[in-house]
Amino acid sequence: MAQIFHRNTNWISKASGAAVAVVAIVGAGVFYIIYNSPLVTGQKVKRAQPVPFSHQQHVKGLGMDCRYCHTSVETSSFAGIPPIKTCMTCHTEIKKDSPLLEPVRQAFKTDQPLKWQRVHSLPDFVYFDHSIHVQKGVGCVSCHGPVADMDVVWKEKTLHMRWCLECHKHPERNLRPREAVFSATWDPAKDSAQRTGVELAKDYKVRSKLDCNACHR
Amino acid sequence: MNSPILAPGHSNKTITDKISSLILTRHTPRAWFLGVAAAFGLMMLLLVSVGWLLVRGLGVWGINVPIAWGFAIINFVWWVGIGHAGTLISAILLLMHQKWRNSINRFAEAMTLFAVACAGLFPALHVGRPWKAFYMFPYPDTMALWPQFRSPLLWDVFAVSTYATVSLLFWFVGLIPDMASMRDQAKNRFIQWFYGLLAMGWRGSARHWQRYESAYLLLAGLATPLVVSVHSVVSFDFAVSQLPGWHSTIFPPYFVAGAVFSGFAMVLTLVIPLRKLYGLGDFITDRHIDLMAKVMLATGLIVAYGYAIETFTDWYSGGVNEIAMIRTRMLGPYAWSYWALMGFNVLLPQTLWVKSIRQSTWALFFIAIGVNVGMWLERFVIVITSLHRGALPSSWGMYTPTFWDWTLFLGSLGLFFSLLFLFIRVLPMISIFEIRQLAAEERHG
Repeated sequence: MAQIFHRNTNWISKASGAAVAVVAIVGAGVFYIIYNSPLVTGQKVKRAQPVPFSHQQHVKGLGMDCRYCHTSVETSSFAGIPPIKTCMTCHTEIKKDSPLLEPVRQAFKTDQPLKWQRVHSLPDFVYFDHSIHVQKGVGCVSCHGPVADMDVVWKEKTLHMRWCLECHKHPERNLRPREAVFSATWDPAKDSAQRTGVELAKDYKVRSKLDCNACHR
Repeated sequence: MNSPILAPGHSNKTITDKISSLILTRHTPRAWFLGVAAAFGLMMLLLVSVGWLLVRGLGVWGINVPIAWGFAIINFVWWVGIGHAGTLISAILLLMHQKWRNSINRFAEAMTLFAVACAGLFPALHVGRPWKAFYMFPYPDTMALWPQFRSPLLWDVFAVSTYATVSLLFWFVGLIPDMASMRDQAKNRFIQWFYGLLAMGWRGSARHWQRYESAYLLLAGLATPLVVSVHSVVSFDFAVSQLPGWHSTIFPPYFVAGAVFSGFAMVLTLVIPLRKLYGLGDFITDRHIDLMAKVMLATGLIVAYGYAIETFTDWYSGGVNEIAMIRTRMLGPYAWSYWALMGFNVLLPQTLWVKSIRQSTWALFFIAIGVNVGMWLERFVIVITSLHRGALPSSWGMYTPTFWDWTLFLGSLGLFFSLLFLFIRVLPMISIFEIRQLAAEERHG
């Protein structure tokens, strides 16, 4: 009886066996890479905003403090997005005719807030509080990156739970003196007090929590 | 005088013709179509039920505090248990040189696979968000979290998925020589292709057979510990907890015995009508039926011993909560399920001591169905009665299965039977080459 499959087709069966393994491994790898890439995490992706507000210009250029606008960061879970009035404390005088600021003036006149696009968004099932982190000596830039060098703000870190836990397991690696929390330029090597993270953690009574209900309340 | 395990006068040709013709040439019996229609209908019910569950959430089931484990867990354990006969017949009986396994192993293994498929559905649905079921596996996630390796629920994931994989491999490897026979019997080009692909180039050369035999033995060796491990691990889901009624060291052995008990009951439930419908009395003889009934009797006795010791230990412990649990199990609002279980699983199998009952297929068919019901009730008793009265009256409650609990259960039966009917239509339900081996041994002594 004639063979149903010619012997030249033998390689197909062997190759298909290998292909299953290759596709499974490569597929898992590609998925893993994409899942951790900016495509999914939004890391380092600049978001278009209604007004091209530049943190670089305001913080680095003018030397403004983070708390001038983010007023509740030391006392509240939410750092606070400034109302238009905060902008207008200066911009009634400075660059008051700039076309870039037209939406700001409109918002001020009509009392309608600007629709800023949120860059750092945690899921609703995560409880996060800015004030405790600031009080315990975690610098703004530790999580938000070099905001003073960003014209349009991007998300520096993934905000994955893995990232949260890395610091909660070893908080001493990311602590700085309280006076340097809002500094964009603080450098541990040039700090005159030279206190180590372990000492800071002890002084500030840092007891970072690792149990589930610390964040998932 | 015992009847033989293969009717006399069969040659290689008659065996191949008989089994392959069921698929290739003979008209499909009308009962098959009726069976498929019924099973497929039930499977659609499963789809509707799962769909509704996904739309509305777990609230469509009767589970709530304090009884948070309902039909889903009962059905899971029941189906996994049924899946045990396949590996026992294929692996352990193979290693013990029990030749009678050759006629029923293919069928029992297929049944095992389908039962495990049904079982796998329930935990996935029970977690509430089946699309997140992959959380149960350890993989490098973005949360830096591993599953709880100290939880028996996780051991279950590994035990059942390993079992499914090994069973599938074992079944497929055992099918290869028969796929080649089917390929060579087929006349139609498309059918030749179909079986030819599955035969993976099998030509029946001495080298093929030599490799096949060693691979099959190795797989049997791998599968053997699984027979014991899978249901032991399933029993840990209960036994590792601290709940009176669950926290019992007798659970692993008596779960394994119960699994084999229910598995053989299911094989008998299915084989008796199929044998009649397809005229397979030559291959699945009265001897097989008799032997399976004896295995059922033996495992049934182990299970009865388990019930007795479980109760005795609770009483002997002197623990207030243990004794209260036993009392409510026997006399409380769910007493009917306990005593029905005793009737189906302890009393009913005692009739198998009588030879004439073991040889009456009708009687056996109904006893086997009774045991299936009994084994389902056993899981009902374990899950529900242990949970329904906590140590404080404030955590007392009753469980009433809802319409959707029942449809999911019936639907899983539909899935099982749909797969089974497809299997007997497409693949040889009795191993052709192993029966030929039996015939050859019979001729040459």
